[in-house]
Amino acid sequence: MYYQQQQTKQLYAIVFVITLLSITSCKPKNVANAISGDAAAKVYVAPGSHDEFYNFVSGGFSGQMSVYGLPSGRLLRVIPVFSVDPEKGWGYSEETKPMLNTSHGFVPWDDLHHTELSQTKGEINGKWVFANANNTPRLARVDLKTFRTAEIIELPNSGGNHSSPFGTENSEYIVAGTRFSVPADGAGGDVPIGSYKENFKGHISFVSVDQNSGEMNIAFQLKTPGVNFDLARCGRAKSHGWFFFSCYNTEQANTLLEVNASQKDKDFIMAVNWKKAEEYIKAGKGQKMDVRYAHNKYDEATHTATSEIETEVLVLDVAELKDICYFIPCPKSPHGCDVDPTGEYIVGSGKLAALIPVFSFDKLQKAIADKAFDGEFEGIPIIKYEAALHGEVKKPGLGPLHTEFDGKGNAYTSFFVSSEVVKWNIKDLTVIDRAPTFYSVGHLCIPGGNTTKPTPKYLIAYNKITKDRYLPTGPELAQSAQLYDISGDKMQLILDFPTIGEPHYAQAALASIIENNGQIKIFKIEDNKHPYVTKSEDDSKVVREGNKIHVYMSSIRSHFSPDNIEGVRMGDEVYFHVTNLEQDWDVPHGFAIKGADNAELLIMPGETQTLKWVPDRIGIFPMYCTDFCSALHQEMQGYVRVSPAGSNVPLTFSLGKNSTTPK
Amino acid sequence: MRVFFNLSFLLLVTSIIVSCGGSGKKPGNTTGDEPKSMIPDTETYDPNRGTGKFTAENVTLGALDAAMVSAGEDISKTKCQSCHKLTDEKLVGPGWKGVTTRRTAHWIMNFITNPDPMIDKDPALQAQLELCLVRMPNQNLNDEDARKVVEFMRQNDSQ
Repeated sequence: MYYQQQQTKQLYAIVFVITLLSITSCKPKNVANAISGDAAAKVYVAPGSHDEFYNFVSGGFSGQMSVYGLPSGRLLRVIPVFSVDPEKGWGYSEETKPMLNTSHGFVPWDDLHHTELSQTKGEINGKWVFANANNTPRLARVDLKTFRTAEIIELPNSGGNHSSPFGTENSEYIVAGTRFSVPADGAGGDVPIGSYKENFKGHISFVSVDQNSGEMNIAFQLKTPGVNFDLARCGRAKSHGWFFFSCYNTEQANTLLEVNASQKDKDFIMAVNWKKAEEYIKAGKGQKMDVRYAHNKYDEATHTATSEIETEVLVLDVAELKDICYFIPCPKSPHGCDVDPTGEYIVGSGKLAALIPVFSFDKLQKAIADKAFDGEFEGIPIIKYEAALHGEVKKPGLGPLHTEFDGKGNAYTSFFVSSEVVKWNIKDLTVIDRAPTFYSVGHLCIPGGNTTKPTPKYLIAYNKITKDRYLPTGPELAQSAQLYDISGDKMQLILDFPTIGEPHYAQAALASIIENNGQIKIFKIEDNKHPYVTKSEDDSKVVREGNKIHVYMSSIRSHFSPDNIEGVRMGDEVYFHVTNLEQDWDVPHGFAIKGADNAELLIMPGETQTLKWVPDRIGIFPMYCTDFCSALHQEMQGYVRVSPAGSNVPLTFSLGKNSTTPK
Repeated sequence: MRVFFNLSFLLLVTSIIVSCGGSGKKPGNTTGDEPKSMIPDTETYDPNRGTGKFTAENVTLGALDAAMVSAGEDISKTKCQSCHKLTDEKLVGPGWKGVTTRRTAHWIMNFITNPDPMIDKDPALQAQLELCLVRMPNQNLNDEDARKVVEFMRQNDSQ
C-alpha cells in the first residue's frame, strides 16, 4: 500500500515536470483523471503579463463578488457588495453605510449567488455587472469603470431572491424572482403558514436599467401562483421578448420540502411574454401596491451614497391578465433553465431527473397559437409537454443542474450527483464528451456562455465539495473552481483554483471588453464635490458643531494635515473627513485611529471618505496611514488629545509645529 | 524510483535546450511598463530640457500674467503645496524659492506633467531622491495647468 502511494507520488512528480515542459508527446500513462501534458503551459501567464479573460464570480455566503483572471485563476479583486468589508471601509465609512440600508434597517451581510454582465444586442458590453442578494432580497449593480458597487435596490413582496439577476439581451430588464413564495408585504402577511395555497404568492420583479446611467427601477412585478422560482434566462434573438423561469414545489408544500416538494413527476418552466406585460402596463392594468423598499445609490462626484425608501410598486396579476404567462411541464424540480445562443432551445435541468428535456421556442409559439393546453394551474395555461418539446437527452448523468453553450451547437451541463460535466449536441441530443469534476459541480461558466456570441475557449466548473484537492486547512476548506480547455473536441482539465465564500454562478468576458471600457485610475480632485472635501492643506481645519467635531483632513505622501489635534472632549463625536490629494494611479492612503469601533478608511486618489470615532476615554490617541504609501509611510501618523467633558483645552490643530507650549 | 527521477532530469535538460531556441517575443498583453533600470540613461538625456514635449521653442515666457499666476497658485495649493513650501525650506520635496532660476520653464513643465521618466534619467533628480526618499508623484497636471504653475513659480521668485 505504502509502496503504491510512493509510486503514485513519483508519477505525479513526472506529470508535473512534463507539464512544465509542454511536451505533449510524453503523456503519462496509468494516471487516473490526470491532467494532460500541456496543461501548465495553457494556464501559465508570465509575471507582468495579463490574463485573457475577466471572471466575475459570486461569493455566495461571503456576500461579495470576486474577480479572477483566466486562464491563470489569479484573484484580482474582491468587490464588496452586500456584506461589510472592513478592509475597504465598505459599510463602515459614513459614505458607504447607506449602501447597506434596507427597509429592515442596516443589514451587514447577505448571500450573493449569481452575476450578470450587461449586454447590448445579446453581447457583453463591459459596462456593469449585476448581482443578487438571496436572503434580504436585493439587486446590486457594480460599475465596471470603478469595480465598485454603484447601486443596490431592495425587492418588495419577495423572499429568497434566487431567480436573479438574469437580464434581457439589451439589459432592458434584470429580473428578480422570489424563491420562497410569501404573502405580499404589509398588514395582510399575518396568516397561518398552513394557508400557503390560499395566501402565498410568487412575485417576479422586472427591474429596468437606464442604458446611460445604469440606474435601476422596479418597472413592474408579476404576481404568480405560489411556487418556488429557482433560475431564469431571457429569450434572445428570435425569442427576445420572452423570459423563462424554472419553478419547483408546484406541490405548494410549506414543510419538509425535501420530500413534499418532490412528489410530482413534472414541475414547470414558466414562459413569460414580457412584451405583453409591457402592453398591459401601458394600458394601465398595473395595480399600485403600497410597499417599502430601499433604493441606494453611490454618487461618484460627492463620493457619498444615499438611501431612499420607495413606497410603491406596479403589480400585474398573471392569473387575471391572459397571455403573459404559460407553464411548460418539466421533469422533477427543474433547477437550471438555460436558453441557447440562437434563442430557439430552452434547456430544463430537472435536478432529480434522469434526462434533460430541451424545448423549442418555435414549437412553444405554435402550441400557444393552437391552444395545445393540458388544463391550467391557478389560472395559467399548461402547455402540452410534447407540444413544446424538441427532444430529450437520454441518460446524460445524475442530477443535472446548469447548462452553458459554446455557440457551435453544443451544450455543457453540470451534474451534481455524478460530479461531471457533459457535452452534448443540442440538435441531435447526443452526448459527445464527459469530464469528471472534483467534486459535485454546481454552476458552469463559458465566457459569454449566456450570450448570442460565446467565446468558447474555456469552461469553468464551480464545485460544492473540495475535500482533498488542496492542502488541508482544518474543517473549513476553500471551495474549488476548475478550468477546462474546451477549444478541442474533448474537454481537458487544466487548472484548479480556490475561491472566496461559495461560488455559485459566474460570468466571464474577454479582458479587452472591460479593460477598454473607460476604466478610471484616479478620481479627479477638481471634480470632488464631497461636502467635507479638503482640496489643499490650506483648507484643512477642525470645526466644532455642538458635540460634533468635523476634521477636514488631507493626506499625501507621507503626512496628514492636520496631524495634531487637541480640544476633543469626552462625549464628542469626531468625524475624520480624509481627502487623498494624490492624483497618481495606485496611491491609496489608509486611515485608522486607536479604539475606533468600526474599521479603517481606504481612500483612493482624489476621494474623500469619513470615519466616525467616539472616544471612550481621555488620553492621547495615535492615528496613522494603513496603506504603505512611500519610503516614509511609517512616518505618516499623528495624535489626537482627548480631554474630560467640560475641559477648557481649546480646539486646536496643526501640522509641522513641534514646539507648542504644554497646557 | 531512481529511474523516474533520472528521466525527469533528462526531460528538464532537454526542455531547456529546446526552449533556448525560443524567441524574445513579448507576451500578448503586457502592461507596457518594463522594469525600470536604476542606472540613469544619461547619454541621450538633455538635463536642460528633460524628457517630454516641452522645449525652449514651444514654451515662451513674457511679462507675468496675473490671471495665470492666480490660477497657478490655486492649482498648486491642491496639487503641490502639501509637499513644497514657497520658501527655500525643504518639506517633503525641495522649497520652490529660486526654482525658475535653477531650471528652465520647459524643464519644469516636462517634469511636473510626467515625473517618472525624468526621475529615472536625470542625475540631479536621482540625487534629490536620495535626500527626499519620495518620488515626486504624478499629480495629473494637464499642459495648461503646468504652464500656470510655472507662472506662479515665476511670480514667487520675483518677490
